Amino acid sequence: MIPLPVVKKASERDFRLPENPPTEDYHEALDELEKDGEIIVQRVPEPYIEVKTKYGRTKKIPIGKTWHHKSCGQCGHIPGYSTSIFWLNRQLGLDYIDPKDQTSCTAWNYYASATSNSAAQAAVAIRNFAAAYETGYYPLIHCGTSFGHYKEVRQALIHYPELRAQVRKILEKLGKPLVIPEEIVHYSEWVYAMRDRIAERQVIDMSHITATVHPACHYHKLIEEDAIYTPEIYGAQRTAIITGVLQELGVNVADYSTWFDCCGFGFRHILVSRDFSRSFAVQRKIEVMKEEANPDIVVTHDTGCVTTLDQSQFAAKAHGKKVGIPVLSDSQMAALAMGAHPYLVLQMHWHNTDNRPFLEKLGIDPDEKWREFEAAVERLKSGEQLYLTWDDVEAPVAAK
Amino acid sequence: MALDLRQNKYADVPWEEKERLFEEVKSDMRFHHALYGCYECGVCVAACPSARFYDFSPRVIAQAVAREDVDLVYTLMNDSIWDCSQCFSCDRCPRHNSPGMLITIMREVAVRNGLETAREALEGYGRIIYKIMSTGTQVSPDMLQPNAFPDWGPHVHHISENLEVWRRALPPETLHTTETGWAVSDKTIIELYLIWHMTGVMDMIEEVDEGLHMILVDVMEERLEEEGYDVSF
Repeated sequence: MIPLPVVKKASERDFRLPENPPTEDYHEALDELEKDGEIIVQRVPEPYIEVKTKYGRTKKIPIGKTWHHKSCGQCGHIPGYSTSIFWLNRQLGLDYIDPKDQTSCTAWNYYASATSNSAAQAAVAIRNFAAAYETGYYPLIHCGTSFGHYKEVRQALIHYPELRAQVRKILEKLGKPLVIPEEIVHYSEWVYAMRDRIAERQVIDMSHITATVHPACHYHKLIEEDAIYTPEIYGAQRTAIITGVLQELGVNVADYSTWFDCCGFGFRHILVSRDFSRSFAVQRKIEVMKEEANPDIVVTHDTGCVTTLDQSQFAAKAHGKKVGIPVLSDSQMAALAMGAHPYLVLQMHWHNTDNRPFLEKLGIDPDEKWREFEAAVERLKSGEQLYLTWDDVEAPVAAK
Repeated sequence: MALDLRQNKYADVPWEEKERLFEEVKSDMRFHHALYGCYECGVCVAACPSARFYDFSPRVIAQAVAREDVDLVYTLMNDSIWDCSQCFSCDRCPRHNSPGMLITIMREVAVRNGLETAREALEGYGRIIYKIMSTGTQVSPDMLQPNAFPDWGPHVHHISENLEVWRRALPPETLHTTETGWAVSDKTIIELYLIWHMTGVMDMIEEVDEGLHMILVDVMEERLEEEGYDVSF
């Protein structure tokens, strides 16, 4: 091999922020618009945690008093994803709202079918923001696509006065103010910011677990500005999200060469052209992870990524592909580490790829846990209870 | 199918019509923030998932639009843009182009003008549009039916069989629903319908799916009327 002293491994590279960030500071732009009376900026409630974004700017992550902007894909098909986020909040004793006055961001449909337009997309976003503002709680966005799309909406509203005028007129008709949050915050940023408190309550050892991480495109590529980076993780050449949490939990995070690739979700493809999604997810992600890292688990932080990477593995088995890695969100991994029930809280039975060996490796008996879930379901079937509530699933977790 | 960039597949479409659509693309307020020029470096193609599995190239899109190649833009608007994954991996462009955003704009123009290829691309997608526009959540638990997701295996069957009781087993009270992702309040739905009404989205739906448009109009007008709104789509 030819020695190339100028080429260093990522871990050995010096981290230097650009002197002049190539992107605008949206904080300043929002403040200007607020000063001009054009918008209301909803401020991040105190106490908050400060983190650094891609170009070294500071971002505030709220700790509590959060308004949970749910994800339709999570709630619809992988409900343990959202349930785990709520469970973490409850375990940490934090105040939050799980609102009914919330619609989907409608961005999945927009990116899939284009049957919408800038004004409608912005109005839907601001209607949701205004609904949060009216409660006094701060929006925490569960979906990566909602997060990315809302950043696009923010950028458009900052730059296009005609769009602001159009949206303001619509919001007036609805009796709502034009509110933009000071920060658009993804739930995985909250999990990242809270990782030390989560680790303090960890009861399941994960030090013998190897994980691969898939960062979601709409988190770190779509408006790259306000994703979290730190020099300690891949020399700030990749987002710190997920990896920072897993490392705090003692998990061995293994690298693989196609980390930047998307999952293959494709928006319209996952629904009506799934051969593409399956092929991409298996050939460019799962097989590469298996070959290069052989992880116990894939951890990601968006609706479509969990769905595509997990569901695509079933059909691939018939083709003899190297698959069979379960997929969880970072919220589910954090909840599991803190002792959450794999079926009552994580709802792992909604996932496809066999996750029993993973649970067994953690010292959790999946048969016993499934029996507990079935016993709870039996209470619903018999009419003894109509619904399970948090009281039924919220086992207290001791701090270290 | 291979994308044929050499032949003018759409020679029978008047150039003026193609130019009209291109002007509509260029008139979108986002257009000038999506295209600053192109080095032909191919970084966007290297990052693009669709380029690996389709005859698709974000570089070709950016080039055709930058060169104002009206014929080629029309061809791409028909035969290429629906292959895009909308992941925005192409946003790593060193010129700060966003081919993905150009495609979003081109798709909107294709839908707004009812191009036959847009209708074809959205065939089978109508139920999703219906769900999101009428209920405010795009993905519902009851979509998990074995005939809709045969390639996801028997676990979909298992979920659909147990759907109602498994939803009641979810601790957050907003998630007990089966027809929507979560419980959305009546007031919220009305506000969403008013947004669709005030932004012309229903006109776009009519261009690509008249049947779906009729159903949605029925649902929305009835609901709005009940709430005292005299609105006609």
